Formats: sequence, C-alpha cells, structure tokens
Amino acid sequence: MTDAILTDTPRSVSDAQAAGRFLIIASTVLLCVWVLVPIYLLAVNTLSSPQEVSGFPKSGVPSFDFGSVQFFVSFAGVARALWNSVVVAVLTMVLSIGLGAPAGYALTRFDFPGKEAFRMLVVMTRAFPLPLLALPLAVMFIRVGLDDTALGLALVHTVLAIPFAVLITFSIFSGIPIELEEAAWTLGCNRWQAFQKVVLPLVLPGITASAVFAFTISWNEVFAAAVLTIENRTLTAFLVQNLNVSPLHLKFAGGAALVIPALIFIFAVRKYLFSMWGIANR
Amino acid sequence: MTPRFLPYALLLPATLFLLVFFLYPFVQIAVLAFSGPDGFTLQHVQTMTSHWKFGTALTNTIVLALIVVPIQLVMALSMATIVTKLRTGRSAILYIFTIPLGLSDLAAGIIWLAIFEQSGFLNSLLYGLGIIERPILFLGYQNIWVIFIAVVLAEVWRATAIVMVILVSGMGLIPKEYYEAAEVFGASPWKRFVKITLPMLRPSLQSALILRTLAAFEVFAVVIALGGTTLPVLMGETFQWQFALQDRNVASAYALVILAISVVSTLFFLRVLRVPKEARI
Repeated sequence: MTDAILTDTPRSVSDAQAAGRFLIIASTVLLCVWVLVPIYLLAVNTLSSPQEVSGFPKSGVPSFDFGSVQFFVSFAGVARALWNSVVVAVLTMVLSIGLGAPAGYALTRFDFPGKEAFRMLVVMTRAFPLPLLALPLAVMFIRVGLDDTALGLALVHTVLAIPFAVLITFSIFSGIPIELEEAAWTLGCNRWQAFQKVVLPLVLPGITASAVFAFTISWNEVFAAAVLTIENRTLTAFLVQNLNVSPLHLKFAGGAALVIPALIFIFAVRKYLFSMWGIANR
Repeated sequence: MTPRFLPYALLLPATLFLLVFFLYPFVQIAVLAFSGPDGFTLQHVQTMTSHWKFGTALTNTIVLALIVVPIQLVMALSMATIVTKLRTGRSAILYIFTIPLGLSDLAAGIIWLAIFEQSGFLNSLLYGLGIIERPILFLGYQNIWVIFIAVVLAEVWRATAIVMVILVSGMGLIPKEYYEAAEVFGASPWKRFVKITLPMLRPSLQSALILRTLAAFEVFAVVIALGGTTLPVLMGETFQWQFALQDRNVASAYALVILAISVVSTLFFLRVLRVPKEARI
C-alpha cells in the first residue's frame, strides 16, 4: 500500500506535466487554426472563378482560376480606388511621422512645464471614438475646399495615427542614450547635426516601423473614408458603398486586396508591435 | 533657438494639429447636434430618438460590446498565457496570433461573409456532412440572431489579437521573482495566475478594456458586410443619416450618443481598475 503511493506520486506529477504540455500544444494548434482558416477560405474564394464563388456546394480547395481577380481589377472604379487608398495612406504616414516624431523627441529629451498636459492630450485621443470626427470635418472641409480630397481624408487618418506615432517615437528615442548626442556636441556638432548624424541612423528602423503602422491604420479605416469621399473613394469606401449591389466574387477579391498589404505590413513591423503596445500602456 | 523654447517648438505642430482636427471637431459635433435655423434646438435629438431603429441600434451596440469584450478578454488572457509557456516556435506563433490585428474590420466582415453566406463554406460543410439538404439563408432578416452571432464571431476573430498584444507586453513587465517566490511557497499555477498575474496586469487590462470597449461601440464595417442594415447599430445608423439621408444634424446626435457611452465606459474602467501610484511597477 505504502509502496504503491511511493511509486505513484512521482509518476502522477510527470503525468500532470505531460498533460499540461499536451493541453498547451493542442490549444496552440486550435488557436492557429481559428486564426488561419478564415483567411484561407477567403483565399479559396478569391482564387476561384466567379461561377464557383456563387456555386454550391464549395470544395474548400481553390481552383486557381483568376477570373474573380481579373473581374475585380478591371471593374470600373477599382483601380482608382486602390490608387486613392495608397495616396491617402502615404499622406497619413508622412503627416503623422512629421508631426509625431518631433513631439516624441521633445517628450524624451526635455523636462518642461506643460509636458504632462501634452501627454494628456495625446492619451485623451484614445478615449474618443475618432472616426466620428469625419462628421464635423466634412462640414469644415466643404468650407475650405478640402471635401472629397485625399488630403482631407488623410488629415482625419492622421488624428487616428498620431497618438501611435508620438508614443512609438517616444519609446524609440528613449532607447538612445543622451550621452551619444552629448559626445557629438563636444566634438563640435550643433544640436541638429548631432541629431542627424548620430540619432537618426539609430532610430530609422523604428521610425520606419511606426510609419508602416500609420500606413496600415489609414489603409484599413472604413467609416471616415466612406463619409468623406464620394468621387475620390478609397478602396474601403468603394467596397462599403457598393456592398449591397456588388456580386460575391467582387466582394471577396476586394477583401483579399485589403488583406494582402496588411499581412505584409504587420509581418514587417512584428518586432516592434509589442514594444509599441507595452509603451502605449503607460 | 535657445534650448528653453526648443521643446515647445517641437510640440507645436502636433499640438496645433490636435487642437484643430481633434478638440475643435468634437465641440463641433455638439454644435451640429443641437443647432437649428433659430439657434438651440432639441429637434434633431427628437428625430433620432423617435425613429424606430434608434432603440434597437442602441441595444444591439451595447449587447454586442457586452458579449464580445468579455470573450475577447478571456481568450486573450489564455492566448497570452499559452505564448509565455511555449518553449519553441514562440515568435512564429505570436506572429500568427497577431495577424488579425492588421486587418481592416471590413476585410474581417467579408472573410466571415465567405463562411456564412448562402453558398458559403458553413452551408457547404453542413451539406457535405449530410446535416442539411439545401443551403440555409443564414444572413437574412428572418434570423437576425444568426447575423448577430456572425458579427460576434468576426469581432472576436479580428480584435482579440490587439488585447493579447497589450496583455503579453504587460506580462513581460511582471518581475519573475514574484512567480519564483510563489512557487517556493507551493502556489499552484492557477493560484499564481489569480494572485500575481491578474493583479499585476491591472494597468494593461485597463488600457486593453478601454480600447476594446470603445472599438466595440464603433462596430460598423463588420455589421454592414454581414448584415447590411438588417442589424442596426449606432455607427451604422450614423452613417445612414449622414450618407444616405443627408441629415448631418441627426448623424451628429447619433455621434453624441456613441461619444457619451464611450466616455462613460472609459470612466468606468478608469475607476474600477485604477492602480494606486505607489502600487505601480
């Protein structure tokens, strides 16, 4: 009896460990399936002919027919919408980094009255449903002639992206010791030269990552784009405004066109994703 | 320029930008919602509340958030815990888990449309298994609850990643010594999770919950893609009034409602999950 317990105890511990390992692996696999299968199914629909897309039942394997893709690309307005999406996203990227990076630098390197107020302003943007800005700005843009322009929409998207740009660049600049800059000053550089020659090369990858993130925010945004653009629609606006009239294969190819760049971008910035959000918490 | 003014010069562009394009427009929303031809009016608010879709839209939006956010929290906590326990392939798994984070809500809606539409993959699967004889119209107005479930699934699928990322980076900040000490005293893994991880994770939980609840109130493209206007939500109604009915005053009144529930929920989470200054890491 006592023997049995003695030999049994260690085994049950290792059993529990093995069971734990199995549980972790099984749930990891399940979660990966949960994330990847819907994307796979979209790919199947995109790579099937229009007839197959609306046919029934579906096989679950793509036929690698490019009919849907061709239909989508040649559909009136799609090429222009794609181009508009890119223009708006590039403008957003430039604006948010151009405005956000200096602020991030100032927050890292200086202590000054009003610093907390600015931080509050940036943090506050996250407590508001920002896409709603499109409503009053639509009125304002008509007054100043920015209605239905790429720049107008990019300004709204910049409001969405700027808190990220400030906080990310803040964390990146914080990673560069001030001593490096001070060394450059003692060697005769002025502040701008030191920044340009010493700091900039070091922070460039991080800045690029936050620029890519700004691009993705703009690329994905739906509500403001749909409200603010009529003639110069972005891809998301084009898809939303045509949802109830467009055939299935157009929707799926459009969805794929939205997904593919986003996948590449997130892959490109994956290294920074966690430091970004870790900092953004504070 | 003297160093004293340099920080202000660097902050000026971003500050001006936020004042003009963030603070001023939000004031403008209230102005639009309450102003008529002869000054202050409650006309637009009345138009909004007396419309039959308003109550449904408000209820749908709040119920959606109440269902989606807790599911996401539990899932994200499990995902984050699993990730920290992985020995191999951690970065690959993390990348896969974070993929939906980069996707547009419209794309997510379209992806789940591929599953739920009449000739979609769910019907094909059920047909293949011999459960049904002909495809079912899942996303019709006859079964709004199916649209509701589809929206919940699409939202959980798309936006759990962002909660997970916030929690994973928060877990990285918890000192390892706490766990070691707890282990020495014989605390079980579950006990360690409840007594160390959860309390220490408060700041991250707080920002994740605020972010996600707000985004849940803004749900728009997923609903439009899956159900058109069959399932009214606040953001969708705002869009209808602004775009289809061309009445930006009523649209602004809707915007104020979304703003109000967002501010209330933010204050709620700030209060419930507040972290005393001396308890911060």
